Amino acid sequence: MELLQLIEKNGRLEVEDLAKMLDLSVDATKQMIVKLETEGAILGYATVINWSKVLKYEGVTAMIDVKVTPTRGVGFDKVAERIYRFPEVKAVYLMSGAYDLSVSVEGKTMMEISRFVSEKLSALDTVISTTTHFVLKKYKHDGVIFDDQDDDDKRIMVSP
Amino acid sequence: MRDQKHSYLSRSVDQLKPSGIRRFFDLASQMENVISLGVGEPDFVTPWNVIEASFHSLEQGYTAYTANAGLFELREEISKYLNKSYEVAYNPENQVIVTVGASQAIDIALRAIINPGEEVIVVEPGFVSYAPAVALAGGTPVTIQATAENAFNIQPYQIEAAITPNTKAIILCSPNNPTGAVLSKDELSGIASVIEKHDLLVISDEIYAELTYDEVFTSFASIKGMIDRTILISGFSKAFAMTGWRLGYAAGPKDIIAAMTKIHQYTIMCAPTMAQHGALEALRHGNDSVIQMKTSYRQRRNFVVKALNEMGLSCHSPGGAFYVFPSVENTGLSSEEFAEQLLHEERVAVVPGNVFGKSGEGHIRCSYATSLKQLDEAMKRMARFVERRL
Repeated sequence: MELLQLIEKNGRLEVEDLAKMLDLSVDATKQMIVKLETEGAILGYATVINWSKVLKYEGVTAMIDVKVTPTRGVGFDKVAERIYRFPEVKAVYLMSGAYDLSVSVEGKTMMEISRFVSEKLSALDTVISTTTHFVLKKYKHDGVIFDDQDDDDKRIMVSP
Repeated sequence: MRDQKHSYLSRSVDQLKPSGIRRFFDLASQMENVISLGVGEPDFVTPWNVIEASFHSLEQGYTAYTANAGLFELREEISKYLNKSYEVAYNPENQVIVTVGASQAIDIALRAIINPGEEVIVVEPGFVSYAPAVALAGGTPVTIQATAENAFNIQPYQIEAAITPNTKAIILCSPNNPTGAVLSKDELSGIASVIEKHDLLVISDEIYAELTYDEVFTSFASIKGMIDRTILISGFSKAFAMTGWRLGYAAGPKDIIAAMTKIHQYTIMCAPTMAQHGALEALRHGNDSVIQMKTSYRQRRNFVVKALNEMGLSCHSPGGAFYVFPSVENTGLSSEEFAEQLLHEERVAVVPGNVFGKSGEGHIRCSYATSLKQLDEAMKRMARFVERRL
């Protein structure tokens, strides 16, 4: 548990350092990571990128609220799968409240996303309606603040 | 200006030695690229909900004085918190006072109990302010030495040996700054019987109580018979990362708290109001943040203790606070030489153990309240330095 919390925050921590922090041997730590990977608790190691800092990169993210008709026997799972298989779809959640599925889509242009919505998403039989919201600015994503933060140590150098 | 003979200064202030920490601060501040393990405060910023609550109180116009002893609601929360966490019962009406940091609580506690010439026992290595605070209150500090052999836990017989007819009180600090040592319930009981036998008071500085990693913390006041002999000192600085807010408190017997409130009323009025509102939020909804910070300190303690032992500095794993106190004796250097040469050669600032008292000699204090990245780099630099000396 503690191991997962540590590498969720920083996937590039060295095994040696992890072992020291957790008061375990290096081998035991390695084994634990392999086990968590095999069990599927650890699915991958990603990098958090602030794309707005990357010159020439242009991209758009949209959050789409989708109302659907659940299918007998499989409920929402089948239609969710139909949606999440599209590679431009980055996240799909089943929601409580006013709509059923929350779909996050990334594309190069607004046109590209509107084409996805009109030609692919709305075209699905089970989809009743969609509401598309474009993201204007990312402030925080996956627990990481995107603003230029000043993380200088504001403490005095030596204190009692 | 008058000459030395006619100094305007008070003799008691003039005779105080400046803290050895000051010199290191000056040295380190002049250098670039220094990683400091010399900082005696958390590296976290105060939890956002606490900051936000303080903003809100200002927006609401809570900018006036509070009651001398502090907001009643805050005293109530403090009393509930002490009861729940440490099983000690204090009446918020007359047994709790909110102060400007735990430091002020110590100051007014000493001033409330000391008559001229009375002695207060101070354990070394210990926080640099205790002995000066005793002297400024007109008392005589009597130092006793906790030693590395006993994992820096003071032994009851050592206390007993220092007691004279003039002894009034002893100041205890567990978890300890600078050693990180934590007194167990049994050890506290041993001390309690000496206190009982000689009819003494204890000023128990429990500012690091939340930061214990291996065992459940025992408050000295919770030891049988000790609640009437203890002035419990604590505050928000360390547990809630609120050092700059300057907010502490004391809990104790009615008559002593009344006397402390009298001094407080004439000299301070009350602790800062916006800080008190922040503290209220910290006690009501701050527990998750404390747990998160505590986990992170424990991980870093493990990391540093391993790294120091690997480089050849013997260091036991302290149970609390955010300091380790390794021995540097095998390098052949005194603690000051070690700290000074390390700073010059590798740009890592640590505090030489002798500034915390005689028995701190041969040790250095490293604070691990610094990001893991910085700690990692600091350990690499120290390992290089030690390798050249061994």
